[in-house]
Amino acid sequence: MGPYTKKVIECFKNPKNYGRMKNPDGIGKVGNPVCGDVLWLYIRVGKDKKGREIIKDIKFETFGCVAAIATSSIITELAKGKTPKEALNIDKNKIIKSLGGLPPIKVHCSVLAASALEKAINDYLVKKNAKKKSKK
Amino acid sequence: MSKVSKKIYFDYAATTPVDPRVVKIILPYFTDKFGNTMSLHGFGQIAKQSLEESREKVAILIGAKSNEIIFTGSATESNNLALKGIAFANRRKGNHIIISKIEHPCIMESAKWLEAQGFEVTRLPVDKQGLVNPNDVKKAIKKKTILVSIIHASNEIGTIQPIKEIGKICKEKGVYFHTDAVQSFGKIPIDVNKMNIDLLSASSHKMYGPKGAACLFIREGTRIEPILHGGGQESGLRSSTVNIPGIVGFAEACKISKKEMKKESRRLTELRDKLIKGVLQKIRGVHLNGHPKKRLSNNANFWFEFIEGESIVIQLDLLGIAASTGSACSSAKLEPSHVLLAMGLRDQEAHGSLRLSLGRWTTEKEINYVLKVLPEIIGKLREISPYKKDYV
Repeated sequence: MGPYTKKVIECFKNPKNYGRMKNPDGIGKVGNPVCGDVLWLYIRVGKDKKGREIIKDIKFETFGCVAAIATSSIITELAKGKTPKEALNIDKNKIIKSLGGLPPIKVHCSVLAASALEKAINDYLVKKNAKKKSKK
Repeated sequence: MSKVSKKIYFDYAATTPVDPRVVKIILPYFTDKFGNTMSLHGFGQIAKQSLEESREKVAILIGAKSNEIIFTGSATESNNLALKGIAFANRRKGNHIIISKIEHPCIMESAKWLEAQGFEVTRLPVDKQGLVNPNDVKKAIKKKTILVSIIHASNEIGTIQPIKEIGKICKEKGVYFHTDAVQSFGKIPIDVNKMNIDLLSASSHKMYGPKGAACLFIREGTRIEPILHGGGQESGLRSSTVNIPGIVGFAEACKISKKEMKKESRRLTELRDKLIKGVLQKIRGVHLNGHPKKRLSNNANFWFEFIEGESIVIQLDLLGIAASTGSACSSAKLEPSHVLLAMGLRDQEAHGSLRLSLGRWTTEKEINYVLKVLPEIIGKLREISPYKKDYV
């Protein structure tokens, strides 16, 4: 299918975790001025059985090409269930590897997805700290 | 979503299959009639005769004399020869060239290269429907202008330019007029004399002939330099061993197009209008790119709000429908179409474009199938888009 791997097309055809999230704990909105792609990522943070903070739910909304939609979908799958700190380790290489590769001209899509996640997590951490301060 | 086993081709503006009637004519030229047109022996003479008969068939389609047709290897080559050949042969008269902002990349890039060689290029704007205003041409022509080159019908949006009016202006001003007629050639009537055209490019593979054959019409008496030097084929304007099978096929494709043009044009216009009407009715937030009436009978081009063109093309491909975002050439680039931007579309809008181009084997059933699956595809992609608003 054009320049894309089977996995990219699969993620594009049946994307996971898309749509808007009401009252998310963190939002990351990013855009690429060159190709026009826009990615909004929402996270909800909760606790797992051990009491650790993890990304309980994650959703995306993307305006963009096949690669943009596929990277959005895969990053939600990679991040779900991870602690915010673990999730921050998801970089473009991990995304590209999970997709079985991306055409060189589309590598920037994976960078976009990674920075959206980073922004959403930072947004959550900033809000959390602000809450702590106001409690004090 | 619906499934279909057959592949449906809606990308005839990118390239066409070769008509089986053309294939039949070509085959002996690979085996029995394989001679070189420059050879003196019988093999060569048969090839030479086929070449000249082909020239006649191509010339007749546009009201030209056969000695005014130069065969080349591609439309890109024809357009390069027209611009560079005229520019360098007429340097003493001037260094100014006029083109439009919606030319094919081979014109845009040739003009850019000529600029680097010291020529001056004016790029004329188009209106919202992609039309060049002939008055703009008139105003842009100055003493040093040597060539005006305007695309006859846009490969992306199908808008047909007022070529006759522009040709008249160029004739009055004594400036050569070239038109890239790759998309219109064989589809709508062209008369190089009535339309005051001095040079015209056309290509075989866009009109059911084989790839690798094209032509440049050059009006008798035009001052032009070759860009390929060598054995002096094609009146010294295109040195290269002549591609006889390709050219014979091109000529046969011209003959068929001439015979069937009127009927086929009417059939395609009906199908195209059904497609355009259907898409605009069934889907919200969709706009037709290009002129509603002054457009090629086989071109439909839309832009969809909130979604991106490549995603639509791949979704269609997954359902067996071959379409394009704009021109085939742009699919390796990230920037939106220069044609749509010239028409005033914003980046995001231009990114959401889809071109469906029809052809000789397009059926009503295929139009119905596209109209059935396209709304589902658009709906799904909008669900994913952050811009969707209440369109879902």
